[in-house]
Amino acid sequence: MSGPLLEIRGLAVVFPTRGGLVRAVDGVDLEVFSGECLGVVGESGSGKSVTFLAVLGLLRPPGRIEAGEIRFEGRTISGLPEAELRELRGRAIAITLQDALTALNPALTVEQQIVETIEAHDPDLPRGRARRRILRERAQELLRLVGIPEPARRLAAYPHELSGGMRQRVMIAIALSCRPKLLIADEPTTALDVTIQAQVLDLLAELRERLGTAIVLVSHDLGVVAEHCGRVVVMYAGQVVERGPTAAVIGEPRHPYTRGLLRSIPSIAEPERPIRPIPGQMADPIRPPPGCRFEPRCSLARPACRLPIALRPIDGGRAARCVEVAA
Amino acid sequence: MRPSALLERLLQLVPVLLGIALVVFLMMQATPGDPVELMLGDALATPEQREALRRDMGLDRPLPERFLHFLGNAATLDFGQSFHHRRPVADVILERLPATIELTLAAMAIAIAVGVPLGVVAAVRRDGWIDRLATILGLAGVSMPGFWLGILLILLFSVQLGWLPVSGRIGFGAEVPPVTGLLLVDTLLAGRPASFLEALRHLLLPAVTLGLAMAALLMRVTRTSMLEALRQDYVTFATAKGLPRRRVLIRHALRNALTPTVTVAAIETGTLLGGNMIVETVFGWPGLGRLVVEGIFTRNYPLVQAAVLLYAVTYVLLNLLADVLQTVLNPKVRL
Repeated sequence: MSGPLLEIRGLAVVFPTRGGLVRAVDGVDLEVFSGECLGVVGESGSGKSVTFLAVLGLLRPPGRIEAGEIRFEGRTISGLPEAELRELRGRAIAITLQDALTALNPALTVEQQIVETIEAHDPDLPRGRARRRILRERAQELLRLVGIPEPARRLAAYPHELSGGMRQRVMIAIALSCRPKLLIADEPTTALDVTIQAQVLDLLAELRERLGTAIVLVSHDLGVVAEHCGRVVVMYAGQVVERGPTAAVIGEPRHPYTRGLLRSIPSIAEPERPIRPIPGQMADPIRPPPGCRFEPRCSLARPACRLPIALRPIDGGRAARCVEVAA
Repeated sequence: MRPSALLERLLQLVPVLLGIALVVFLMMQATPGDPVELMLGDALATPEQREALRRDMGLDRPLPERFLHFLGNAATLDFGQSFHHRRPVADVILERLPATIELTLAAMAIAIAVGVPLGVVAAVRRDGWIDRLATILGLAGVSMPGFWLGILLILLFSVQLGWLPVSGRIGFGAEVPPVTGLLLVDTLLAGRPASFLEALRHLLLPAVTLGLAMAALLMRVTRTSMLEALRQDYVTFATAKGLPRRRVLIRHALRNALTPTVTVAAIETGTLLGGNMIVETVFGWPGLGRLVVEGIFTRNYPLVQAAVLLYAVTYVLLNLLADVLQTVLNPKVRL
């Protein structure tokens, strides 16, 4: 198949609130190709997580998709009935959430939580005692896959009895239990210690190699994305502001927001360089600025920035939403 | 849960129960009125006779000694004579207790069967018509006095429709030899299905009267905690795994949401086991509630004392039961 694995076109997600309609995602276009690792970067409230919750139909009511289309393997999946979405979830597209401690059910053992996922998608399992044995073996195999020692013993554990890194691995094991084609890793390292962060990221990279699973790495940390993703999408206030091959975007960012993100990361290579946070607050999601959403915080802002602007393509498969880029 | 932890918790109850016994004992000492006068009533007695009775009852001994005596008696369920009945208090209470237990179990069964599913549906379909209806009914159920609902039910089902009996536990001629005291069980043990139905028909209205109020409470508690559970990440993650909706709701959300429901149900069971004087009066139910309230009015101290002790022990045990159930529901909780 030649087209992208996942294709999002003009996605808009809204959350009605008392203060008005929150436009969490507003006209997002992106695609994920088979086997690649795509980084999606932005600060909290940029709409990066919401975009992918929408893909799986996991928006919490009253949040809803207002416009746009989501296609998976060429088939439109936005607006599918719940029963058909359920077929996709976990089997074709899986997700891991930020904090495994809250994402795993505290009252169920690791085994129960892995096994129920397999059972939900495999109609060919035998009945009776053989079923139990097969499921247990598969669960152990998955724990081994994500590098958990003594899998037989861990199966009986409850989430709170495991370490943070171990919990994250269990969640990844659950997500991979049906060999999905696409894994969405939502902030996989945010809840972890730095040393464990690297281990989990390496594990994801290794699993992508071994299983050929495409991975979307959603993160607020450009550094994490830089190391592991071939392509990156930078989001701000519900929109894509820049995208392209990671090396090019980081080497020569074309949107002032991307530059700001880079400057706000401490660098080991240049310890003397000052860390400069981006001044100001994220745009109001109910009444966003009419033109470029970053304009109120941008040091380069000029009157033209107050006019609506689309993503402008740049050579080398890149694009940026900035008047600086020649239209 | 480790058996040793349970044993530890049971041992911890000993000082609690001793404390309760002390409070009950002191309470009775502090209440006005001379037990001897009360016992004699209007009967004429010489001062010597009064003194003899006082000695008989051990009232001339020092307080600590009397407390130890009280404890020893309580341990063997000897609470003295009921003034009014002129029979051992334990016998009088045990005679009434099964009726109250039966009514409590039936009411709680109704409350759980109605309240928990309704609370779940109300939370899942938040702001839908079931939720709105349940909220209104819940408010009505909590605020409607038991005697009012009871009388309405009697008027409708007994007087108007004539489907169900007005009062009592079982009809004449349907009685069976007591084994457990629970008529639903005893009639079956006696192999008398007709009597079983008769007992069930008598039980229905009082159980519904008590059960609906409790159902309203459980519904509200379940709805609230279910809404909370539905917001949790593990529910999102369970959905993302592709599990069927029903499984997500029951295995993931409800299971975690039941914690407060179980606690409330256990405490309310304790309240119900004390007997409900009003409902028992309306339905002529020979339970504990009326007995104890009458005992209070007639200053039947030994009876009231034993009843208070019984209530306290029941509460303590039900609390322990609630804690044990918590450990089953939530492995993070340890006894």
